[in-house]
Amino acid sequence: MLPVIWAALIAFAVLAYVVLDGFDLGVGILFAVEREDVSRDVMVNSVAPVWDGNETWLVLGGGGLFAVFPLAYATIMPALYPAIIGMLLALVFRGVAFEFRFRAATRTGRRLWDISFAAGSTVAAFCQGLTLGGLLQGIHVVNRAYAGGWWDWLSSFSVLCGVALVIGYALLGATWLIWRTDGALQTRCRGYAKALGAATLGLIIVVSLWTPMLHPEFEARWFGWPGILLTSPVPILVALLAWRGWLGLAHQEHRSPFLCALGWFVLCFAGLGISMFPLMVPPSIDIWQAAAPPSSQAFLLVGAAVLVPIILAYTGYAYWVFRGKVVPGVHYH
Amino acid sequence: MSTWDGFHLARAQFAFTIMAHIIFPALSIGLASYLAVLEGLWLRTGRTVYLDLFHYWLKPFSLAFGMGVVSGVVMSYQFGTNWSSFADKTGAVIGPLMGYEVLSAFFLEAGFLGVMLFGMKRVGPRLHFAATCIVAVGTLISAFWILAVNSWMQTPAGFTIGPDGRLLPASWWQIIFNPSFPVRFPHMVLAAYLSVACIVGATGAWHLLRGRGSPAVQTMFSMALWMAALAAPAQIFMGDLHGLNTLQHQPVKVAAMEGHYDSHDGAPLILFGFPDDKTQRVDDALEIPNLSSLILTHSWNGHVRGLKEWPPQDRPPVAVVFWAFRVMVGLGFAMLGLGVAGLWLRWRGRLFTTRPLHWAALALGPAGLTALLAGWVTTEVGRQPYTVYGVLRTVDSVSPVGAPGLAVSLTAFVLVYLTVFGAGILMLLRLLASPPQANEAGPPPQPSHAAGITPGPALAAE
Ligand code: HDD
Ligand code: HEM
Ligand code: HEM
Repeated sequence: MLPVIWAALIAFAVLAYVVLDGFDLGVGILFAVEREDVSRDVMVNSVAPVWDGNETWLVLGGGGLFAVFPLAYATIMPALYPAIIGMLLALVFRGVAFEFRFRAATRTGRRLWDISFAAGSTVAAFCQGLTLGGLLQGIHVVNRAYAGGWWDWLSSFSVLCGVALVIGYALLGATWLIWRTDGALQTRCRGYAKALGAATLGLIIVVSLWTPMLHPEFEARWFGWPGILLTSPVPILVALLAWRGWLGLAHQEHRSPFLCALGWFVLCFAGLGISMFPLMVPPSIDIWQAAAPPSSQAFLLVGAAVLVPIILAYTGYAYWVFRGKVVPGVHYH
Repeated sequence: MSTWDGFHLARAQFAFTIMAHIIFPALSIGLASYLAVLEGLWLRTGRTVYLDLFHYWLKPFSLAFGMGVVSGVVMSYQFGTNWSSFADKTGAVIGPLMGYEVLSAFFLEAGFLGVMLFGMKRVGPRLHFAATCIVAVGTLISAFWILAVNSWMQTPAGFTIGPDGRLLPASWWQIIFNPSFPVRFPHMVLAAYLSVACIVGATGAWHLLRGRGSPAVQTMFSMALWMAALAAPAQIFMGDLHGLNTLQHQPVKVAAMEGHYDSHDGAPLILFGFPDDKTQRVDDALEIPNLSSLILTHSWNGHVRGLKEWPPQDRPPVAVVFWAFRVMVGLGFAMLGLGVAGLWLRWRGRLFTTRPLHWAALALGPAGLTALLAGWVTTEVGRQPYTVYGVLRTVDSVSPVGAPGLAVSLTAFVLVYLTVFGAGILMLLRLLASPPQANEAGPPPQPSHAAGITPGPALAAE
């Protein structure tokens, strides 16, 4: 039972990471198309007070894996080594840019940190997609250690996942900005959101059709009986959200596009769960094999049960403190 | 085994990334507490000089914190990428401690950091002070857990070894409060405070030397010297306890720190010399008779064990440990000297006018961080050839990642860290090169809708 609870908790942490850091990485990705200094400042200011908290969910995902599923941590990291290192280095560039771009001494310096913000966000998103794709397609493990080669993770599937995540995060970013800004920037973001939404929907369909073909187990879960009872609502809900989000954009609503985009991510994540459960490292390691001994899992669970609700409460408070539209002109400095 | 095989590359990469990381947490730990004190003094006394100093040091803090976060995220994945075998074997024991660090410290810091940096005008001074204190406490909780992990690797306790070679937890209390934790934790916190005291002191000294002795500059200089006067002796005392603890649990490390190849009764203290692992002796040694026995055993003719009592494959590399230890201790005494001189000149009323003192404080600016790095090198290299002392060897901890990939990633880390953190440190120095201004941030109760922090120096009035 403990491994199931923990698998759910880790999944929650990863989902929280994907949607939260998703929108702030997305804001960074959109930096590439927004050239005006004023809009760029507004964009950064809309996420500056919260990005660190968002990224902490990534640390919980990784650290949690180390604590409660050490075997998964010890096989996934070496297998996806280049993608993970690429993501970490990209996060270095985009994380420091929050501070550095305001402190650069010259205009050129500032341009460089702007580029590092945009490129860092894009590369980080792409590497996360590669990681996801590489994990889904399977990791070759012998004797509790990774036994594959250097480039196992690289395939058309993992590259497709990379592209999908970049586009999907950009959509989250655009809809976040629709919510948190107004004026010309908001109008432009509506335009971006329409294009990105269509592209994301297309990619969701392709990845969803491709995933069950990777392993027979995945296919059995999606199309076999009784799994199909669980799986069939997922595409229907995706379509409903697409329709609702489109209406929101067309009627110039502020919040609904963001919520619909979030909904897509939650549904895709649920779909992922349906494919994988109870595997942790496809195709061979399930959550019981990967689990740390019960005493480790129980020890940390006590803390998680007490602390996670508190974390959610003060994270909510921090978002609330910085609520409302971010206005240009009120500069960071 | 060649020098640049995967094993050595993995070590080099870990050593490089952790040493780059620890610089920033040390600054964050020290500065967060300093900022809490400054804001508290401002709320209590209403003197704007404290608020000005708060806003002045908030900027370097936010830079250092940002760099600490991004280099720290790298660390939390390094155990898997470079030390996957270590992660699989020890994850059940130290993983939960790191999990607690994330849950109880990182979220706390991150959650309130935004309020601390950008929220003064949104939440008002009192709640803002609470946020500052929470961030400061968060950095200390973080140090608590990570040092529990590190101490457990030095002096493992409270575990059993399973049939498949994995380590299994037996007593969480013993794992966390393992034998070296009670000395390592205060020693590290003091190290962070001293590092920041050195930097604040040097900044104050620099502006005093340039003839900009405003009340804010004088206040920071005076506060830094108080810190040096109090924390340096405390650190030396803790260091002595630390050494005795190490002697009990890792005697071979102490032999390397002291440069003792032979066992002695009434061992001399080797001040300087050149340890040579091949001839197994210290060349050109400058010694004080019997002092080592006196320090380590608190008796004149006490017995001190030498490296030759252990087989060569169980000994750490001596020269690195020997020298790193001397750098740390030497700088610790230099800081003590600065603290004492500060007390004396303060008593004579010449604290802000004695230029040699200001030059000395300026010269010791980097001393805290240097001592801290040297301390970690002593600790970590002295633990070799083990990752978990006496239990798991470093060779058995490494990942099945090949040398070519590690060579590429190590190069990438070095290039990226040197550019990015190099740029960050330059910005930090540039901030400190201009003195604190009156009204550093403008009056607090000003409505603002954006996440606005303080205006840049250009906006503030001289
Ligand atoms: C400002 C920094 C600083 C200063 C002035 C000192 N140290 Fe230190 N020392 C550290 C910073 C540090 C450290 C970075 O915090 C270490 C590394 C790991 C640890 O827990 O503390 C450390 C470790 C460390 C160890 C432990 C080695 C082991 O792990 O077993 C000993 C025995 C000492 N120190 C002794 C001293 C003595 C006798 C000092 C007196 C002058 C001293 N330190 C000053
Ligand atoms: C408290 C957290 C820490 C943990 C859990 C930790 C753990 C480790 C591990 C697993 C290794 C790998 C073994 C090896 O490379 O030989 C290592 C090596 C090393 N660490 Fe640490 N470390 C910590 C803190 C630090 C800090 C703060 C520093 C320096 C600032 C440091 C400096 C080094 C160095 C120089 C090595 C290489 C030693 C060698 O290979 O000879 N460590 N540490
Ligand atoms: C190998 C060991 C280490 C790992 C895996 C590690 C991991 C991390 C991570 C992931 C973060 C970023 C958290 C966030 O997102 O906010 C971080 C920051 C931090 N770490 Fe480390 N860390 C290590 C060593 C240390 C040591 C030895 C100390 C000091 C005693 C330390 C103190 C801190 C502090 C205070 C922060 C807060 C951010 C900052 O001020 O830089 N860490 N660490």
